Amino acid sequence: MHSPLLLDFTTFYELFFKAFDTLGFEASAHWMSYTAAGISLSFIAINLLILSTALYTWFERRTIARFQVRRGPNRNGPYGLLQPFADVIKLIMKEDTIPESADKVVFTLAPIVLLAPTLLIITVIPMDDSTFLGTLNIGILFIVGITSVNSIAIFMAGWGSRNKYAILGSMRGAAMLVSYEIPMALGITSVLLLSGSLAMKTIADSQLIWFILVMPLGFFVFMAAAMAEMSRTPFDQIESESELGSGYNTEFSGIKFAILFLAEFMAPIVTSAVVTTLFLGGNQGFSPIPGPIWFILKMFVVIFILLWIRSTWPRLRIDQIMGFAWKPLFGLGIINIFLIALESQILMEEGKLSQNDMLIMSGINWVLTIVGLLVMFNIYGHKRYNRPDPIPSQLANMGTDLQ
Amino acid sequence: MNTLRTEPITINLGPQHPSTHGVFRLRVTFDGEEIVDLEPVFGYLHRGTEKLAETRNYTQIITLTDRMDYVASMSNNLAYVRTVESLANISVPERAQYIRVICAELQRIASHLMATGFLLNDLGALATPLVYCFREREKILDLFEMLCGARITLSYMRPGGVFQDAPEEFWHALNTTVTDLPHFFDEIESLISTNEIVLARTRGVGILTDEQAIANSVSGPNLRAARVKWDLRKSNTYEVYDRLKFDIPIGHEGDTYDRYLVRILEMRESVKIIAQCVEQIDTGPIRSNTPFFIRPPAGEAYEAIEGPKGELGFYMVSDGGVAPYRCKVRAPSFLNLTPLKEMITGWKMGDLITILGSIDIVLGEVDR
Repeated sequence: MHSPLLLDFTTFYELFFKAFDTLGFEASAHWMSYTAAGISLSFIAINLLILSTALYTWFERRTIARFQVRRGPNRNGPYGLLQPFADVIKLIMKEDTIPESADKVVFTLAPIVLLAPTLLIITVIPMDDSTFLGTLNIGILFIVGITSVNSIAIFMAGWGSRNKYAILGSMRGAAMLVSYEIPMALGITSVLLLSGSLAMKTIADSQLIWFILVMPLGFFVFMAAAMAEMSRTPFDQIESESELGSGYNTEFSGIKFAILFLAEFMAPIVTSAVVTTLFLGGNQGFSPIPGPIWFILKMFVVIFILLWIRSTWPRLRIDQIMGFAWKPLFGLGIINIFLIALESQILMEEGKLSQNDMLIMSGINWVLTIVGLLVMFNIYGHKRYNRPDPIPSQLANMGTDLQ
Repeated sequence: MNTLRTEPITINLGPQHPSTHGVFRLRVTFDGEEIVDLEPVFGYLHRGTEKLAETRNYTQIITLTDRMDYVASMSNNLAYVRTVESLANISVPERAQYIRVICAELQRIASHLMATGFLLNDLGALATPLVYCFREREKILDLFEMLCGARITLSYMRPGGVFQDAPEEFWHALNTTVTDLPHFFDEIESLISTNEIVLARTRGVGILTDEQAIANSVSGPNLRAARVKWDLRKSNTYEVYDRLKFDIPIGHEGDTYDRYLVRILEMRESVKIIAQCVEQIDTGPIRSNTPFFIRPPAGEAYEAIEGPKGELGFYMVSDGGVAPYRCKVRAPSFLNLTPLKEMITGWKMGDLITILGSIDIVLGEVDR
């Protein structure tokens, strides 16, 4: 079935091929239509993503404003919808400064290197029955590989700008992003064990019951790691406004800053798309509403939860963040993989899991997850804050006179 | 074992930095993320308040005190007018004393709300708790507006009383605020006091022991968080505090969390004090017959009150003229910064900001 949006490489290729063929380019129609389809699809994909990022920044600012008893942007256009465009125009018109002692090549390249992987991820997201690249059969592996470029980009930004705040931020970022890739990969691995495929579309389709219900622990591990990968609160050590001024992007201005922020605000969109595919059943839903709409609705729910967390929680310290990745999260990820492997080994018949099997798994896993998380909170967390009455110091004590 | 050579880096934190609460500057030496050395640099907001006071008459100086601790100008006014009264032997009518206590306690709540909000902001909570605290602070500022028309730089108190009597609507609004505030404290405590991340970031961080606190003449909530039960409202009672019942909350060990918690508990006590004042206050004059040009006899006086940030004292010398010969302010924010190096050294970058936030400084008062 062709997607209603026609955002599919094969469809585009056939369209162009037909066009070139009728125009009389029989000999070169193949490579010409191949190139034309690629360019036009990239153009559409990039612009769609940039537009949705613009809308997302509006959504984020409005939502967080509501959390903070404010109104948020409401001056430009209806409900302030044109605010992101006004911001972008302002940023483009600003002077693009490069610090004198900066490493100019690295400094200029950093925003591009940061933006590119985020843009590339969207090519393998199956919003509908197909993706932008048709079906890439190693979709999730591609995502894991391409996201690890982020840490290099952030380090480039910090190193290139030769600013102490920036270098501190990017050092933190490099350490944190590398660490959190491991729990993220563990979360993804457990999905792969159930779906038996690396292709994003197959993963989405294999969810007879959404994987968030089948393995809540895996979802928790993946979500925590993904939040750290985007460096959102409580893991926003890369910028940590109250500590480092602005972190790795301190020296950036003008269009470079705009691109950095584009990449940063694109990350939640892309991540929520990946979460939707891996854990929320992709475009599954009931019939009058088409698949892509379901996909976008689920993305919105994930984004809203991210914003909710962002607007309520304080930030962890860098050593606590590293400890959280390597101790509880890594352990939970391993436990989750072990559980899923064991269960699917027992339940799987001819390499397939039926809906009943998944129901059984989800029942076992929910109980184990709740127990596991309670144990974890008791080991790593602070017990509820009940302390005995404080004992007044004997030094300079006003004692009984003070009643 | 051969490792890569590392070297400490020195960062100038401030004077333009989002979390130094103004124009405070810290020259910090980091070993990686850990702080090995720290040197505070003051003076970016120095306006010569003490010297300026020598050129103005006693009534005009009130406006100067507003601009010292600009989030608690009521308390500054009170400390100053009490010194002048002691210098010139001016008596204060009872109703004025009650209104002064109400104002001082309202100002304490406003100041502590701001301290709590900014501490949470420093912890990285993206301004949400800050905005909640500001919403409540606004109500107190509205009350001040009813009293004297100003919201921040109030200049409400005068030697011998207060500027004008509180209007009728003030008492209604005060009652509403006093009833509402405890619910807000419950809300903010349920959101913050047991938050896992807040506990992880603040408990056991930046401990100031009772010996250190006393040796560095720390005062106010920071001292009480270090288990020292010391409050000028009890130990050196002034105005009508001896007729009011309230507790002095203290902390457990003097960490960042205790400093936060003591402020919350103090705000609860302040609400109780205000409620008692509203009950006890009687009609009467609000200002004794004091001239605009006060000429105190030659001599000196020191009066201190328990301000929101600690012992706020004014030392004034008179030579019999209309202006003081010398004016010296004991600024709690400034003196509370004394143990900064001991508290912060050894902690990490993120803790530095949190500890500094928990001390609750106002640069207007530090630099004067």
